[in-house]
Amino acid sequence: MKSLDFTAIYTIWLREMKRFFRARSRLIGSLAMPLFFLLFLGMGFDAAFKFSDMPPGVNYIAFLAPGIIGMALLFNSITSGLSVIWDRQFGFLKEIMVAPVSRVSIVLGKTLGGMTTALLQGFLILLIVVGLGCFKITGVIGFLSAVICMILIATSFVCLGLIFASIINDMQGFHLIMTLFTFPIFILSSALFPLERLPLWLKYLSYINPLTYGVDGLRYCLIGMAHFSLTLDLFVLVCFCIFMIGLSTYFFGNVEVD
Amino acid sequence: MNEHIIQTIELTKKYGNIKAVDNVSLGIRRGEIFGLLGPNGAGKTTIIKMLATLLKPTSGFAEVWHHNILKEQDAVRRSIGIVFQDPSVDTELTGRENLDFHARMYGLNKEVREKRIAEVLDLVELNDRAKAFVKFYSGGMQRRLEIARGLMHYPKVLFLDEPTLGLDAQTRHRIWEYIKRLNNAQKVTVVLTTHYMEEADYLCDRVAIIDHGKIIALDKPNNLKNAIGEDIISVQVSDGGKFSDILTKIEFIKRIRLHDDFLFLSVENGEKMIPRILRLAHEEGVLVHSVSLRKPTLEDVFLTFTGRTIREQEAGVKEQIRMKAKASMRMGGKR
Repeated sequence: MKSLDFTAIYTIWLREMKRFFRARSRLIGSLAMPLFFLLFLGMGFDAAFKFSDMPPGVNYIAFLAPGIIGMALLFNSITSGLSVIWDRQFGFLKEIMVAPVSRVSIVLGKTLGGMTTALLQGFLILLIVVGLGCFKITGVIGFLSAVICMILIATSFVCLGLIFASIINDMQGFHLIMTLFTFPIFILSSALFPLERLPLWLKYLSYINPLTYGVDGLRYCLIGMAHFSLTLDLFVLVCFCIFMIGLSTYFFGNVEVD
Repeated sequence: MNEHIIQTIELTKKYGNIKAVDNVSLGIRRGEIFGLLGPNGAGKTTIIKMLATLLKPTSGFAEVWHHNILKEQDAVRRSIGIVFQDPSVDTELTGRENLDFHARMYGLNKEVREKRIAEVLDLVELNDRAKAFVKFYSGGMQRRLEIARGLMHYPKVLFLDEPTLGLDAQTRHRIWEYIKRLNNAQKVTVVLTTHYMEEADYLCDRVAIIDHGKIIALDKPNNLKNAIGEDIISVQVSDGGKFSDILTKIEFIKRIRLHDDFLFLSVENGEKMIPRILRLAHEEGVLVHSVSLRKPTLEDVFLTFTGRTIREQEAGVKEQIRMKAKASMRMGGKR
């Protein structure tokens, strides 16, 4: 009962993939928002204000780009919890729950599925950002560290989405809670502005926001600019990630289907 | 062959103070089609969900295929297939992909998977639509796909929760044929819930009639019908109360039930008694609107045991009030 069932994990993951690649409009829609943010907000702010803390050669759009990757990961990860709500509303969750498969395997299958889709979208944004010339990828190590940051961000927030989905039963409720959480997390993550000159209370809010460390890590790996050290970023991300996996397994294990 | 493959002992499920399932003890035999018959809310689905390990009983105990439903959940899950009352297929996948998902979750290897998918698709005659997305299936096709899916992993017991709910008559008969066929050919024990009398009568080897969470009768449909006796003549008359009083004195009438202006008379050799009843009505000046003769059905069994028809039970209180209001308006209009 407690054991991991790799076939089941793969099966659940495979279904998520099929559904993802068949919903093209969803893919395009999920890419649109981060790109709007990057282009319109980036261009607009870059033209209107002079940001004082930028290192030489880094403009606002380059500063913003890693934040936008973080944003895409955050939004798409949490949204993946919707698949659980969808399964519940359309009855498919019963089919999953009545199978002779441990609950941990189901959580892992769903997590891997959500993680893969979020990462795919994250990489697409990364590709577009590099294509637009926001920054250049210089070293392999930098790139790989960025990938690790992306994986950790995606996994953590997919788990958050699953936790929401375990508690909330309907789509509207999920969307509401999602918006309520994602926007503060996004805005206070240093994705849009540097932390240095923030008022103290806002700074502390950013410090307790796990995405701050994700965006900071990404920014360090991609454009070489950071508020914390990469070690601290990775440490916080890994801790948060493990915590969220544990929490989501706990919540999902208590889901009752009726 | 009287081996019980499902055994429940004082199985009980409470929601707050309400007992949805109340001390149910029953044994289901290997190879039979067993029916749980009762109105909506009687506790049929709750029993099935407990047996399928989706709900935990408040008290009591049950075994499915000799596995304890609380301690050996995975073993129970492996030995059962289930078709839920509400749809539970992924409409964004094709029919075949739904079956494939199920087969993989139950750990069937590729060879068995391919073979079994072909077999079950054949059984429910969905071969030609297997590659279509389920969202393009009709309600009946979806139900057939779910039955096929429930059979994928060679279960010992197949639970069908209201298998023909919401389907038209033609589709319903087709589903009945599949159920008979899978019971015969695949040697699967079938446990189904239904509130359709004719479905239980036609399909089931044995039927448990359930009301308010309790089993009130359990036997072969024929035995149940014979137990409540004879033919039933229903007479619609102008003055039911009066005629009822007259008829109580007649010896060949074993039982009389009055229901609005309908009288239900239990008799033997009903067809021979109709002329005598009509003559009597004529003599007493009672106007007869209609007469019909019926051999007993499970509906009568239910009525005998609970004092209500199953349909009455089903209509919620509000609905009953509304129906009564409508009826009195109609009558008022006529006068």
